[in-house]
Amino acid sequence: MSTLTQTPPGAENPVFYDLDEHEHPPGHSTMLGFWLYLMSDCLIFAMLFAAYGVYGGSYAGGPTARELFELPLVAVNTTMLLLSSITYGFAMISADERKQGAVLGWLAVTALFGAAFLAIELYEFSNLIHEGAGPQRSAFLSSFFTLVGTHGLHVTFGLVWLGTLMVQVSRRGLVDANLRRLQCLSLFWHFLDVIWIGVFTFVYLLGVLR
Amino acid sequence: MSAETHHGHAADHAHGHGHDHGHDAPHGGSAHGSRKGYWIGFLLSVLLTAPAFALVMSGVIADPRLTAGIVMALAMVQIVVHMIYFLHMNTKSEAGWTMMALIFTAIIVFIVISGSLWVMYHMNLNMMPSMQAEMSSAGM
Repeated sequence: MSTLTQTPPGAENPVFYDLDEHEHPPGHSTMLGFWLYLMSDCLIFAMLFAAYGVYGGSYAGGPTARELFELPLVAVNTTMLLLSSITYGFAMISADERKQGAVLGWLAVTALFGAAFLAIELYEFSNLIHEGAGPQRSAFLSSFFTLVGTHGLHVTFGLVWLGTLMVQVSRRGLVDANLRRLQCLSLFWHFLDVIWIGVFTFVYLLGVLR
Repeated sequence: MSAETHHGHAADHAHGHGHDHGHDAPHGGSAHGSRKGYWIGFLLSVLLTAPAFALVMSGVIADPRLTAGIVMALAMVQIVVHMIYFLHMNTKSEAGWTMMALIFTAIIVFIVISGSLWVMYHMNLNMMPSMQAEMSSAGM
């Protein structure tokens, strides 16, 4: 913006407003903006949770949650996501210490755990569909696949982002822009873990108890 | 008014440039936590997750309602643990705006979920076969 001074109409003594753009460091407001995005994402999940809460018992004469869900598998899945959370934390600490190799290593470990999580989830989905318990079977299964699938989709995009960042860091190093991106992905990744707490509690554990 | 905003900017600047290793202004101070912090968060979440699964899988408590209550309470605590140790939420980052956004979101989430369940539960009750029979006999 250029320097623009205006005299408010009717003012005897001109009042000057300083409209000069102050020098903002790039990424100055990125973290707040990204946090707001996460909060809006949270609302999407809230709606999906609400839909599951309403339809969770509508089996339409089909298989019930208790018959379908394999809790040991879900426990393994939860472990994968939890481990990936702490390994991402170690990546962030290595980034603080400016150890590029360690950052790349921890990111790779995080990606492995994330991929394991996805693989287990896809295995579960394919099993369900194979048993005839696909999303079209009942309102319960539709809302289940929508909620858990949306979370899985987020993890998938998180993995794509993670891979992209590994390339970025290995090429450009731990420059400010990359550190900022790592911070954003950190929020995103841990946020997905928080959503998963809701999923395994409300969908799997309470579903089996229902 | 303009003086105030100017002041805010200046303070922001000092903060942003004051950092030694070019960190973004937003997070400030102990932004990413420490190794110890991550370990504490991890151990706490293991201690909160494992009992939840164990309770449901073993069925120790006969009353499923009590089990459900305990499991939900554990989840709530774990969400808070993750918020503090992994997402590094505090009241100070971004001059408190992240916390404001979080509180606002939590309220909306509560309204959406509890409201949906409440309304739909009563709708279901009203759609019970007996009620339908009553309604049709009443000429509705």
